[in-house]
Amino acid sequence: MTEISSPVGLIAKRAQPNLWDGFAFALIIAVLAAVAHGAHGTVMPIATLERASISLSPWALPGYAVRTVMRMAAAMMASILFTFTYAPLAAKSARAGQILIPLLDILQSVPILGFLTFTVTAFMALFPGSVLGVEFAAVFVIFTSQAWNMAFSFYQALTTVPGDLEEAATNFQLSSWQRFWRLEVPLGMPGLVWNAMMSMSGGWFMVVASEAISVGSNTVALPGIGSYVAAALDARDLRGVAWAILAMTAVILAYDQLLFRPLVAWADKFKFEQTATEAPDDPWALKLVQRTRLMRALLAPVGRLLDLGAGLRLGRARRVTRQTRPRELNLAFDIVWYGMVAAGLGWSLWRMVSYLATSLRLADLVEAVELGALTFLRVLVLILLASLLWVPVGVWIGLRPSWARRVQSVVQFAAAFPANLLFPIAVVLIVRLHGSADIWLSPLMILGTQWYILFNVIAGASVFPGDLREVSANFGIRGRRWWTKVMLPGIFPYYVTGAITASGGSWNASIVAEVVNWGPTRLHAHGLGAYIADATKLGDYRRVVLGVAVMSAYVIATNRLLWRPLYEYAGRRLRFD
Amino acid sequence: MLDPAPEPLLRLRDVTQAYRKGGTSDLLVLDGINLSLRENQIVGLLGRSGSGKSTILRIVSGLIAPSSGDVLFRGGTVTGPVPGVAMVFQTFALFPWLTVMENVELGLEAIGVAAAVRRERALSAIDLIGLDGFETAYPKELSGGMRQRVGLARALVVHPDILLLDEPFSALDVLTAETLRTDLIDLWIEGRLPIKSALMVTHNIEEAVLMCDRVIVLSPNPGRIALEIDIRLPHPRNRLDPGFRKHVGEIYALMTKRQDPHSPTIEGIPGTGIGMVLPDVSTNEMAGLLEALAQPGAPARVELSDIARALQLEVDELFPIAELIQLLRFGEMEAGTIRVTDGGRLFAEADTDHRKRLFAERLEAHVPLIRLIRRVLNERPNHIAPLDRFRSELEDYMSEEYAETTLRTVITWGRYAEILSYDEETERLSLEDFS
Repeated sequence: MTEISSPVGLIAKRAQPNLWDGFAFALIIAVLAAVAHGAHGTVMPIATLERASISLSPWALPGYAVRTVMRMAAAMMASILFTFTYAPLAAKSARAGQILIPLLDILQSVPILGFLTFTVTAFMALFPGSVLGVEFAAVFVIFTSQAWNMAFSFYQALTTVPGDLEEAATNFQLSSWQRFWRLEVPLGMPGLVWNAMMSMSGGWFMVVASEAISVGSNTVALPGIGSYVAAALDARDLRGVAWAILAMTAVILAYDQLLFRPLVAWADKFKFEQTATEAPDDPWALKLVQRTRLMRALLAPVGRLLDLGAGLRLGRARRVTRQTRPRELNLAFDIVWYGMVAAGLGWSLWRMVSYLATSLRLADLVEAVELGALTFLRVLVLILLASLLWVPVGVWIGLRPSWARRVQSVVQFAAAFPANLLFPIAVVLIVRLHGSADIWLSPLMILGTQWYILFNVIAGASVFPGDLREVSANFGIRGRRWWTKVMLPGIFPYYVTGAITASGGSWNASIVAEVVNWGPTRLHAHGLGAYIADATKLGDYRRVVLGVAVMSAYVIATNRLLWRPLYEYAGRRLRFD
Repeated sequence: MLDPAPEPLLRLRDVTQAYRKGGTSDLLVLDGINLSLRENQIVGLLGRSGSGKSTILRIVSGLIAPSSGDVLFRGGTVTGPVPGVAMVFQTFALFPWLTVMENVELGLEAIGVAAAVRRERALSAIDLIGLDGFETAYPKELSGGMRQRVGLARALVVHPDILLLDEPFSALDVLTAETLRTDLIDLWIEGRLPIKSALMVTHNIEEAVLMCDRVIVLSPNPGRIALEIDIRLPHPRNRLDPGFRKHVGEIYALMTKRQDPHSPTIEGIPGTGIGMVLPDVSTNEMAGLLEALAQPGAPARVELSDIARALQLEVDELFPIAELIQLLRFGEMEAGTIRVTDGGRLFAEADTDHRKRLFAERLEAHVPLIRLIRRVLNERPNHIAPLDRFRSELEDYMSEEYAETTLRTVITWGRYAEILSYDEETERLSLEDFS
């Protein structure tokens, strides 16, 4: 498990005008505004989905767990479909890529929890009075937490197909369909599986947050673990929370053991390397599938069918065109294209401003920005504290291979576990000890995301070259010098990757962490997350849009001004190759 | 077959390939290539890097289209990948997630051959090329030689009229490469290869003479056909046979010949003045070759082909070093031989500091780019200049890629000679500041 997936890894590679980013940003916010505007007031309360209808009996939990798992699976399917359409489109058409990639980049940075309001209202409007709408909304929210990085990873694979394989595929006349399944999908597979696993980790958090939600006067609760927790909170039932935590643990472990471990091991064969590396032992579930006669007999026809499907001669074989120069034609096309883009940008900006300006004043913007600064400060301090704690721990573990392997799976589990399930415990403690909400709610933001730092630092330390360690031991480099000259530069690229993920996740978590309820008790911190949560509760769509826009701007600015330069520096100077 | 002059299988007519450069002119890679391939021939395309030999192969296979000129295959113009032309890659280009069998079947699946037929043909190709028993193995389990056999089987299974070989043995070790060469030639002379003819790209002169019926020698920058030689020696050929050595010597002489003033300069290095494309040769390599040539008892004039054999160097490795030696007047090349000058002898015997001084003097005297950089740095009050200042100037003369190599080379040489200093973080050149 030493692979590193980074949200800015790809972005760092493409240096391109920020105009496109600006366009993508405006477009997303404008669409949000339009949806909110259209959906406003059209929603009916759905009687069957009231929170009170959730049973708090532990015996109901397995059933709820299944519903939750189904939602996750549906969202994953949607994410894969999205990945297989969006990424090829962006990779194969230069013009589409110009829009689609910045769009993806911004979507990645938008706090997904802020979407909740819009998606729920929009989907409920699509299916008035029906449970289906709410189900779709929940699935969509989970989807938005999973799809972007998967699409990014596949896009990256599509744009870095090794030249010789590309030529071989062309020389042997593979059709576009065959090329996709025989060349491009296999190449993207390791990254895709890894990112799907990471996405799943984020997804559990979202599923808990999205099953039970109040938007204005509408309170809906879909049967699932998330709603169970919400109901337990309302009823101040700590035992219920404990049961839910147990159920969630079981579900995540099952997903990990039955699905992702086998998948990751299986995807290993798609790694593009010509040398056989020592592979760790296959996970038991993969062995079960590959080595038992029954499973093989069951799966073989499926495999054959898939193989047959992948081999279909759909689409055309690649043609080549003479390098001529239809400059004039291109120019005309360019004018039309950029004209359309400019018009789209204008419309989006106008839409955004006019929507917000109808009832919001400049003071509202200033307020949101100020609250954003508070949340920003929290995120920064928390990342710093988490780094001080987890970097030494991660290095210690990473340098001991036998430990690293065991700890890594525990950390992975911790990262997947939805931290919002643990919030009630923190709330009870804060209430009992009369702590300040502004300070003591903050750690909740990083509760679930700090693990990315630890995880990546362990990965970095465990691949630190042995000869360099021996050299530093040989020259007696110890203490402070050992950290600053030897170890920290060595793990820095990994650390940055972890810190980026942790910081992005913390912003998102602030929306549920800055306001926490415990029955009638309500702990409230000052920050942009609380601002968005409050506005959602009140059904004040304009403030939600404003809050989400300001938060996105903060996240994007941090990524561009802090993380990306660090990441580039690390990639340039601190790599072993 | 009784037709006295049958229509060639493949014909290239006035093929030119140019890549657009940012500015005014195009970068010419191939210039006016005319060649034809008849049945029952193995033809070798021999040339150094930059001679466009791989580009010719890609044009023939329809992977890229030429800027002008035609490719005629069986009388029809090639406009894209055609069935009947299959390629073997230098890097094998096997799909790591497919087994040997699946890799071999790939080309058949693409043209829609039924599964049963596919299997049968793949098995017979695997059998022919000596891969029995490896059908279910994945490429990463195989040695390099076995991998290239898979590459060969994959190409042969589609029964191509023309087999294209793109430096097929250059990624293999010496012994493995030789085994594969002889196996392939044996199959060819026994008539067991399901192909009509083969076109092979190589930079290995002996390999070309060993395997080909006709060798086409290309001169670099832009790629032009310099010579065509028919090799009429019977197979199996013996590398020590006088006839074999004669052909090898002939080609060496040609490839090191002083060219006409239009293309590569007297030094054999393409471009003149600032526009000289500097080879990526380290000073250690140059010193190593000079020491070998100047050692006591060595003859004054040495055959390049002998050096290549003795030092196990490929032409593409040896020639750039020899050319740097010639550029700095440490040696002279003539008719496939090299002679060390007095200056070269002095360098070979000098200690490190003395070597650096000698190298610095020669750089200033014979490398115009070094002179330019030193002049610009001296003119500036702080003696610092961004690398981009020179990059853009170089790109007026050469491709971005060549410009990058040339700059890296100049920095390395300048650092060794202690006449230039470079800061990678700021990408700025300065005059050596440690002296």
